[in-house]
Amino acid sequence: MFHRFANPTRFQKLSKVIEPWALAIMVLCLGPGLYYALFSSPVDYQQGHTVRIMYIHVPSAWMAMFCYVAMALASAVALIWKHQLADIAAKATAPIGAGFTLLALVTGALWGKPMWGTWWVWDARLTSVLVLFFLYLGYMALRDAFDDPARGAKSAAILSLVGVVNVPIIKFSVDWWNTLHQPASVVRMDGPAIHPEMLLPLILMAVAFKFYYIWLVLVRIRQEIMAQRVRALHQREASA
Amino acid sequence: MNGVLAIMSRELRLAVRQSSDSMMVIAFFVIAVVLFPFGVGPEPQMLARIGPGVIWVAALLAAMLSMERMFQADYEDGSLELLALTPVPLELTVLAKVLSHWLTTGLPLIIVSPLLAIMMNIPPEGWGILILSLALGTPTLSLIGAVGAGLILGARRGGVLLSLLVLPLFIPILIFGVGSVDMVLNGLETKAHMLLLGGIFLGSLALTPWATAAAVREAVA
Amino acid sequence: MADFLGDNLDCIRGERRVLSGLNFQISDGEILVLTGKNGTGKSTLLRLMSGLLRPQGGELSWDGESIAEDPSAHNDRMTYVGHAEAVKPAMSVLENVEFWRSVRTKPDKTAMDALAAVGIAHLANIPARYLSAGQKRRVALTRALTSGAKLWLLDEPTTALDVDASTAFGATIQAHRQAGGMAVISTHTDLGLSDVRHLNLSPS
Repeated sequence: MFHRFANPTRFQKLSKVIEPWALAIMVLCLGPGLYYALFSSPVDYQQGHTVRIMYIHVPSAWMAMFCYVAMALASAVALIWKHQLADIAAKATAPIGAGFTLLALVTGALWGKPMWGTWWVWDARLTSVLVLFFLYLGYMALRDAFDDPARGAKSAAILSLVGVVNVPIIKFSVDWWNTLHQPASVVRMDGPAIHPEMLLPLILMAVAFKFYYIWLVLVRIRQEIMAQRVRALHQREASA
Repeated sequence: MNGVLAIMSRELRLAVRQSSDSMMVIAFFVIAVVLFPFGVGPEPQMLARIGPGVIWVAALLAAMLSMERMFQADYEDGSLELLALTPVPLELTVLAKVLSHWLTTGLPLIIVSPLLAIMMNIPPEGWGILILSLALGTPTLSLIGAVGAGLILGARRGGVLLSLLVLPLFIPILIFGVGSVDMVLNGLETKAHMLLLGGIFLGSLALTPWATAAAVREAVA
Repeated sequence: MADFLGDNLDCIRGERRVLSGLNFQISDGEILVLTGKNGTGKSTLLRLMSGLLRPQGGELSWDGESIAEDPSAHNDRMTYVGHAEAVKPAMSVLENVEFWRSVRTKPDKTAMDALAAVGIAHLANIPARYLSAGQKRRVALTRALTSGAKLWLLDEPTTALDVDASTAFGATIQAHRQAGGMAVISTHTDLGLSDVRHLNLSPS
């Protein structure tokens, strides 16, 4: 059993070093980012202050996509090179990505209400994010649906690769569907053309979210390694 | 070649002898569509407006329901692992099963669709394109569904899980399938949709057998 | 002369280490009988030998070449009879046997001959749903007889069979070995086999 955990042990040491830095960078970006987003960035002439939700909504949507791709990449590494840490990284990323997806959906709703008077609009980005949410749920459900964790891991890995190939196709078809059904009004949740003044807080928030992800995924990987150790100990007790 | 034909013929033989499976799929298809007039009212103009979408969604769900049996029975009685051990490449075996699934599920749906088009008051100009779009789309549903069916073998609550996994992946096919019918009914060109549906079908044909075979190998290991 | 070798095999199933550093070797005309308590990995080893399962460590090789290199060739040269019968109730007994024979590249006995050899030729045209457990087992065994495979991998082949049927099948295995074939068998029953080697899988 020992050789299985040799890698993870080294990882845990490395992770403990990286985590505080990731957290620090996240706070450094989040602070000014939120300040610009909430206070000093320009107000939209049409939407007023509600455009500020964009600074959370747009980076969340980006992170939702980013996490899915990261999950698929980790799954590919796990499948091809049988790399155990990559497998754990994929498992750890999924709920974080799902969380960002949910955040994007909720902030989308909060943004939509003042703008169009409804809690939900079928705009292209929001709809794509909704489908992405289901892809995340499917991954997590499949992973947990097996009594043998290794089986769940491999199945979910294959699913994530199938999903990542489909994501651009889904995006394309949803964009297409959206323009077809709303030829007159262009429902765009980007807000107006991005001013340079809007760009800085947006990027700060995006970077902050990225480092939040890095910090959180490292913590979750360490947790999962611990959980595996506990399971191994139980196994040993049972067969002794 | 001989081996693939033997596998294909066994699949068809079993499907024919257990033909109530196909019947149930068609029955579900019809009932699902029939529910809509009850739900939204029988006003002809509106039924015609939502008809293509309703028929397509019902076809998706009907195909979904029968997806599980592609591998489940063979998995449970030990045939699937033996199929993985034949000299025939597993990818070809998978394709044989997908083809058989389509012949016993997709094809009946296509045949019944004009009847449902009548019930949903879709004008006759739209029937041809409805059939054609289903003909191009349903094989893709079988191909993609096969990946899901392979992935859930041995999982708890496999049937429900399969729907969650596969229905989001069906969305592009749904969009382009219904889109093509709507286009024709509005007197517009539909070549782009057909090309897209055809492209998605060819892409799935090339890629999904590998994923499905990988999932099956994983399940029988 | 063919050589089937297992070198330093490690296998983990469901996060539990089932096999550790296991070695085996078998050549033409040999029978290897696996012994050991339940749960010691006999079925796992047979599945590793069939290629269904890949080991986490070590290698299986046929005549010096790893079996993972050419799975199709390995499937061609071996036949695996596990715990499951793989009998389709909606097909007749003969159809069941003929199907598994038809996917082999160089089949051996005909379907009827194989059924006769296990003593159920009279059931050929009956739908398989009416068969008893012992009869279904015998249908499963015909797969080995029709396969034309050199290597027979048999996991508890005579479960649910009575003494006569077990001994009869033992004779079939002997005939296979005399023709130059090899067999790896996991069994608790005495099949009346002579001159066999044993491999004991002690708990890891």
